[in-house]
Amino acid sequence: MPKWITQVGCPYCGSSCDDIEVLVSDDGKKILETRNACVIGNEIFHHVSSPDRPKKPRMRQPDGNFKEITYDEAVDYTAKTLLKSKKPLIYGFGSTNCEGMSAVARVAEKAGAVLDNCASICHGPSFLAIFDNGYPSCTLGEVKNRADVVLFWGCNPMHAHPRHTSRYSIFPRGFFTTKGQMQRTIICIDPRETDTAKLANIHLMIKQGHDYDLFDAFRTVLRGHDIPAEVAGIKKDQILEAVEKIKKGRFVMIFFGMGCCHTDGRNHNVDIAISLTRDINSHTKASIMAMRGHYNIAGPGQVWSWQFGFPYCLDLSKGTHAHMNPGETSSVDLAMRDEVDCFMNVGTDAGAHFPIDAIKHLKKRPFITVDPNICMASEISDLHIPVRVVGVEEPGIVYRMDNVPIQFKKVVDGPEGVPSDEELFDRIYERMCELTETEPIWLPSREHAKAPTAAEQ
Amino acid sequence: MALVTLKPYKTPELYLECYNISPDVFAGKTSAEIAELDVREGKTTVKLGDFFEVKGNAGKTPEETEIRVSGDCSRIKYIGNKMTAGSITVDGNADMYLGGWMKGGKIHVLGNVHSFCGIAMEGGEILVDGNAENYVGCAYRGDWRGMRGGTIRIRGNAGNDIGTFMLGGTIIVEKNAFIHVSTHAEGGTVIIKGDVQGRVGGQMVKGDIYVLGAVQHMLPGFKKVGMTEREVDGMTAKFTHYIGDLGERHLKVKGKEVYANLYVMAA
Ligand code: SF4
Repeated sequence: MPKWITQVGCPYCGSSCDDIEVLVSDDGKKILETRNACVIGNEIFHHVSSPDRPKKPRMRQPDGNFKEITYDEAVDYTAKTLLKSKKPLIYGFGSTNCEGMSAVARVAEKAGAVLDNCASICHGPSFLAIFDNGYPSCTLGEVKNRADVVLFWGCNPMHAHPRHTSRYSIFPRGFFTTKGQMQRTIICIDPRETDTAKLANIHLMIKQGHDYDLFDAFRTVLRGHDIPAEVAGIKKDQILEAVEKIKKGRFVMIFFGMGCCHTDGRNHNVDIAISLTRDINSHTKASIMAMRGHYNIAGPGQVWSWQFGFPYCLDLSKGTHAHMNPGETSSVDLAMRDEVDCFMNVGTDAGAHFPIDAIKHLKKRPFITVDPNICMASEISDLHIPVRVVGVEEPGIVYRMDNVPIQFKKVVDGPEGVPSDEELFDRIYERMCELTETEPIWLPSREHAKAPTAAEQ
Repeated sequence: MALVTLKPYKTPELYLECYNISPDVFAGKTSAEIAELDVREGKTTVKLGDFFEVKGNAGKTPEETEIRVSGDCSRIKYIGNKMTAGSITVDGNADMYLGGWMKGGKIHVLGNVHSFCGIAMEGGEILVDGNAENYVGCAYRGDWRGMRGGTIRIRGNAGNDIGTFMLGGTIIVEKNAFIHVSTHAEGGTVIIKGDVQGRVGGQMVKGDIYVLGAVQHMLPGFKKVGMTEREVDGMTAKFTHYIGDLGERHLKVKGKEVYANLYVMAA
């Protein structure tokens, strides 16, 4: 009898839904049906059972074609390449679990690498703003139960985070928000009329690239000063109306996305949004949250901040300390300036996401991809190592966009012989230790099977 | 002054981090000792002498030491890092962090500089004959104490983030700047002799900005208060005086709020 597994996490967008139900075949190998997931989530689960999935590492041959090799050979090649490079770059981790992120940190430290995650080309500017101005944030549960004025600034959850609006931000009925959507005022700031904007009570069609000016206008009005007749393409009356709605709210929530942190000024747009949140708090309650893209892209920020003190763009080449300065130690800048001599793409698709020039620079040196599936990066790599799919074939901890950790489940068995990210990185680390004749250091944490017990120590 | 000349003879494969090219480190050393100083290329440690031909012994103290790098330093970071006295001249371009955390002395670059020139500077002088990229005289990420003293003069153009979190000192850009001038500043003076695209003085608490060209997009938080005549970098001119950022917090002196000043030269 096929079996329904409940409370499954969806390994796709930053909403990290944890209420998915999955129907699994008798032999526990195939996913037959899903409940609760949105279209994208559903697709992710079915994708896993695709027969075309690579199940062995593939190495580029002199004639340009791929040849299947063993995992031992792939581990050996990766370990040697990382050790030989003066400054390798290990990038990605948008779609894997925290266990894998923690394991790769050992590899990166040993390799004297730069360790970076997808935030570098995504919410990286938001990190900079948070360093500079703090982060007065809350959880999505609080949004559902309290928020009655919700701003979507440069984001379009109706497409990018499909269930965000129904579970947390627009439609759901919560403890203090018993009337659901009827009780919420939605303000959307976007240069386009997106599907989220269509749902809004107020849509401010901002002139692209002038977010900072509009935030400044909001703040100036909140402090009781006059503003010009038009700011960022928006009439003064509309700005005053929006500010009145905000002041009258019981709990104001600002969600911001790429449209805010990737137009001119970047981190400063988020920085002034944080200042605005602080200002609103002198009138009513207010909070702010980044619409993180992938289901565990908040994870590396948590794991590496704990391990190294910084969330991304970590230059570990000194061996004594971590150095972080995006603009210098960020992946795309490193690539464009030819500052690295080996590239490892893990659990993301740099081939699809990086500027083409950056990829051209990176392609001059060894290029390795670790990913369950075939993607643009895997197809231009010198070596592609497939791993199990987290959230489907491999359990693990993920951090939702509000930095709440969630335990994701395994629902089916992975293809035979294919390791998880964590297992793969542990093997690479062990091989690096062998090659350098050093003792591997395993953390004596409960989770780590390889760590020595207290008695052994 | 004792002159030490560094002549680059080899281009690094990646980039060199030369924290040691500073009168403070060179002082009291012979040319042979200087050639033995460490530089970093990624995770490898190499010698200054592997990339530069070193001539001349340094003076006894940093004050008595003059360094001349006669060649291009486009792939050399951290020249003049944390220096307190003496002088450095670079005959070409310099890469990131030129004069970073500098406390005194002089640096003159005949070419262009990359980003983070004069980051967290406390004193001394930086003169760049060419252009600068982004983050001239800025703060380190997350630090609310940016440039505190000294002078940076860029004879060409500069990019974005000039004087972010600035507390003191002077930055002069003789041509145009892109966006974000004195963001979050609580002191200091920035003079832009050309045009700026926008975001001038955003979230600014205190300090002065002079723009001798045009500000393409004025922030709504700046209010015109009148006309004034001011002396700027050796010349006197008429300016339109704005105060702001009205959206930001401001200190009160004798019950009155003190704003930051923006002076835009009257056409
Ligand atoms: S909203 Fe996101 S996390 Fe939820 S089911 Fe859809 S893709 Fe998955």
